[in-house]
Amino acid sequence: MKDKIAEKLLLFIAFSAILSLSLITFFIFQQGIPLIFKAGLGNFFSLRWAPTRGGFGILSMVVGSLMVTIGALAVGIPFGLAGAIFLAEFSSSTIQKTLKPVIELLAGIPSVVFGFIGIVILVPFIREIFGGPGFSVLAASIILGIMILPTIVSISYDALLAVPKTYREGSYALGATKWQTVVMVLLPAARSGIVAGIILGMGRAIGETMAVIMIAGNALKIPGSILDSVRTLTSTIALELGYAAGDHRAALFACGSILFLIIIFLNIIATRITNRK
Amino acid sequence: MNKLSIRELSLYYEKHQALKKISLDVESNEILAVIGPASSGKSSLLRAINRLYEIDYARITGEILLDDKNIFDIPISELRRRIGLIFATPVVLPGSVYKNIAYGPKLHRRLKKSELDELVCDALKAGNLWDEVADRLDDSASRLSGGQQQRLCIARTLAMQPEVIMMDEPCSGLDPISTAKIEATMLELKKDYTFILVTNNTKQAARISDRTAFLYLGELIELDKTQKLFTSPADMKTDDYIRGRFG
Repeated sequence: MKDKIAEKLLLFIAFSAILSLSLITFFIFQQGIPLIFKAGLGNFFSLRWAPTRGGFGILSMVVGSLMVTIGALAVGIPFGLAGAIFLAEFSSSTIQKTLKPVIELLAGIPSVVFGFIGIVILVPFIREIFGGPGFSVLAASIILGIMILPTIVSISYDALLAVPKTYREGSYALGATKWQTVVMVLLPAARSGIVAGIILGMGRAIGETMAVIMIAGNALKIPGSILDSVRTLTSTIALELGYAAGDHRAALFACGSILFLIIIFLNIIATRITNRK
Repeated sequence: MNKLSIRELSLYYEKHQALKKISLDVESNEILAVIGPASSGKSSLLRAINRLYEIDYARITGEILLDDKNIFDIPISELRRRIGLIFATPVVLPGSVYKNIAYGPKLHRRLKKSELDELVCDALKAGNLWDEVADRLDDSASRLSGGQQQRLCIARTLAMQPEVIMMDEPCSGLDPISTAKIEATMLELKKDYTFILVTNNTKQAARISDRTAFLYLGELIELDKTQKLFTSPADMKTDDYIRGRFG
């Protein structure tokens, strides 16, 4: 009897989580998609964003979001993987027990703090060394790359630890060094976990808003170099939703829909890569 | 001539002593069987010889000589190339059959694609696996059956052109037919290699080994010609064990 109640209760809770997610999805698309057809695809994927005067072009923001995300992965993947490999294979258990919680704590720092650090330290640094405004794709990529580090490190670390001990022994017994074992045996064996970590990190990077608004400069054009200012889909929504009305508001929801589709698309690609043998 | 000489070898896992002053010689081109009940130090002995104990943070004292040279004076990757180890559960590495065999040789030297192909083919033939996998070289190795996986591991070790092959209960999880195939492979290869076979199956030791060592609680109780040890053992404990009275 008690089992039955618990089962029904858990079922209800699980379903309400799924239900609220589907409602959000439905709401975003219902608010945004009609505008795309009203404005026309040509207008929607153009460069002219003047939503109060009939210009709904989001191309520069899509490109901006993708550039910043790729930049974040370019910073986050090498450092994150290196960190995970060091922790899992080359450090003592004392170091592991100290560093792992510290890295996970990094995930709890609010994004506005990262943005603040970016403004105070990184932006002036880039301005002085490389020139340009400082508020740039580069600044956003570096800060986002650091923000997704804890996700990539801790999930990849768990994936590496989950590789059976026999793989290591088998590889060592064939005369492989530690490094050869990592590259040729452990990384391939842990690949699906590592890719999962990267997907989660990527999701965080493309969805991050506050830090990006603070350091990316938010200029509405396709950046010519990584030192140029950039505006992402998320920044646009956050910056403009406060005063938007009518078609403008619908256009922001359309941005949200596109963001949603991009994330789903990237996820599918990543899962394909994981499952490929 | 002695391929391996072990002198006063002790091995410790933290406080526990797994091997107690073991001294024995392994002759070239023989199959030396090592038998004994659980936790008698059989696996530890093998792991001491190729220095795999180091990843378990164990310590050893005593001396191990390979061709009269101390194993600590041989670079570790060369040592492990010359002394292969086959585990009880086949350790199939991620990737295809071909990659599994090519893994070892590629670690130790640069090879052209054609040389590597030939090496893989020869190793699989020597491991009695070629006929079964010739058209499946690019399949994932984990799809092979248990017996095939174990022969794959043997072929992988052979591909490194070792001198000594150590086997840690290589047939423990296998059916009689797979076991017979592996035993046949060992007898064929004996003319070129030296084998140390750890086994829980005393009948297997009696079938294929030239000499047999009986370990008990980390001590070497007896080492003799297999026929002698199984028919008229010198020690009571050996007698009890091979008659199945304990262990």
